[in-house]
Amino acid sequence: MTSTETTAPRTLAEKVWADHLVRQGEAGRPDLLYIDLHLLHEVTSPQAFEGLRLAGRGLRRTDLTIATEDHNTPTEDIFSTIADETSRKQIETLRENCEEFGVRLHSLGDAEQGIVHVVGPQLGLTQPGMTVVCGDSHTSTHGAFGALAFGIGTSEVEHVMATQTLPLAPFKTMAITVEGTLKPGVSSKDIILAVIAKIGTGGGQGYVLEYRGSAIRALSMEARMTMCNMSIEAGARAGMIAPDETTFDYVRGRPHAPQGEDWDAAVAYWRTLRTDEGAQFDREVVIDADELEPFVTWGTNPGQGVPLSRAVPNPEEAGDDNAQDAARRALEYMGLEAGTLMKEIPVDTVFLGSCTNSRIEDLRAAAEILRGRSKAESVRMMVVPGSARVRLQAEAEGLDRVFTDFGADWRFAGCSMCLGMNPDQLAPGERCASTSNRNFEGRQGKGGRTHLVSPVVAAATAVRGTLSAPSDLEPVA
Amino acid sequence: MEKFTTHRGVGAPLKQSNVDTDQIIPAVYLKRITKTGFEDALFAGWRRNPDFVLNRPEYRGASVLVAGADFGTGSSREHAVWALRDYGFKAVISSRFADIFRGNSGKQGLLAAQVEQSDVELLWKLMAEQPGVEIEVDLESRTVTCGAVSVPFQIDEYTRWRLMEGLDDIGLTLQHEADIEAYEGTRPGFKPTTLPART
Repeated sequence: MTSTETTAPRTLAEKVWADHLVRQGEAGRPDLLYIDLHLLHEVTSPQAFEGLRLAGRGLRRTDLTIATEDHNTPTEDIFSTIADETSRKQIETLRENCEEFGVRLHSLGDAEQGIVHVVGPQLGLTQPGMTVVCGDSHTSTHGAFGALAFGIGTSEVEHVMATQTLPLAPFKTMAITVEGTLKPGVSSKDIILAVIAKIGTGGGQGYVLEYRGSAIRALSMEARMTMCNMSIEAGARAGMIAPDETTFDYVRGRPHAPQGEDWDAAVAYWRTLRTDEGAQFDREVVIDADELEPFVTWGTNPGQGVPLSRAVPNPEEAGDDNAQDAARRALEYMGLEAGTLMKEIPVDTVFLGSCTNSRIEDLRAAAEILRGRSKAESVRMMVVPGSARVRLQAEAEGLDRVFTDFGADWRFAGCSMCLGMNPDQLAPGERCASTSNRNFEGRQGKGGRTHLVSPVVAAATAVRGTLSAPSDLEPVA
Repeated sequence: MEKFTTHRGVGAPLKQSNVDTDQIIPAVYLKRITKTGFEDALFAGWRRNPDFVLNRPEYRGASVLVAGADFGTGSSREHAVWALRDYGFKAVISSRFADIFRGNSGKQGLLAAQVEQSDVELLWKLMAEQPGVEIEVDLESRTVTCGAVSVPFQIDEYTRWRLMEGLDDIGLTLQHEADIEAYEGTRPGFKPTTLPART
């Protein structure tokens, strides 16, 4: 990505990069980029605040910084003292740090509290053409607005706090073109799982992905966020989608959306944020949307997935020796045999939540499947909205009743069982259909077994008790 | 950050690809608010297995980890680098690193040396023949040496320079504070601010 050739056709990512260039890197040094929005949460910020204090530095732009409590927060009882002492201490530390440095914080019990990647877009703070960072790899979510958004480590969090910039080596660009029309029951989660299975967990390393094509244009904003969210699972730092009317409609009227003349100026700029005709990507991948089916993972990395209608693959067919070893290891951990039909795999738990799939549309899609049906007795289902605001909206629409009538737990907002930093964890050997983003060993609890799925597959699975698509269900009487 | 030029120490083979950061340090250990003291958390799940490589006596005190492809995938947690560093690792060798992990390593003086996959396998073979053998990584010449075998490694020039000089990124950036202020003067007025809060 070169930011100097402003006259040559450019990709979306190159345009956003160029518009944030504070200083061009000399002699192989990285460029210095300005950061428009810095999101904070309790886990990756304490050491950065401490670094500022030790160096006697302030936080440069508190007006471009916002914090929320999400990773550690309980989802059952948010009004009592947090029982886990280290979790409580971490959250108290965030509160003290935000107070000391003047950072806006949305704490437990606040209507704007929730998963950091749900809160930013919901407040209208995430807008096209911005640079957005957070000490969390799923910051790629915000790329759905045509922002350049990526996760950073704690040293970089401190760097952004102190300077509102980051030194960055240019990324390469990859076009992921998805043409055609999705079949009913197939969602953006299935597209991204298919992309990761195709290019692999390392396939995106060094790249910014741009999702384009008619199937992407047809997606809602929230569905686009699900796709961009999992760009990191393909190894990419960021995923982007060019802003269009769907984007503008989503941003318009939100608390921090531009107003009046600012709105007009913003939209005029946002309309320029598209890859120019003739711009070159470093790599292109094409996916046929018509061919896609509901997708599910069988292994312990997000690239180990298959269409739900298929069987657990044979490790002998997994490619080179290393891939075969990895597949054998994964099957052993997952307690699965090659050749077993995915739809015959019984699950113990269904988790609907996480920064990937916990927005109102996700809850609506799942509720639509569950309405009038009953839960398989052997299954426990947990529904964790992405933010307090999503929870309120769902309750206003009566979705909470659909979930509780079905027999699911209706919880408060947070990261919850996606990574089990709070009490929401799998027991050893427990098998979960999860709408989250990572099926790593032990991710959802030590010894827990995770199958990544879309919200409607999660819902259908909770009805039947085995991994299932909505099309496998009997019609509601 | 300490300057890094060369390091020689016992090599430990981690013969797996896709060693994600949840394996390097499970989330339960991320609740600490300190930047040190993570040595007990490194590979905490796997270390419960007595046969895990780091539990074997010949790899006691290992400081060079030789791992399969796609090391450090997943979460952005810098705690993964802190845990490797606190355990005593000075360098990780792999044929491919996740971007965020590689960046985090460079900030903390942990060398992420990228070599060809065939060279990873060659190093594994040498370590199998002579468990506990020392490996030397030389950042000046960008080579990994084990016994009579030397292979080149890749690292980006900027990270190499910073590691060799032991430089702190924030200090470097603040030399350009005037450029930051100048840029701030050009930002469009429609860009959002978090303050005052609107809800």
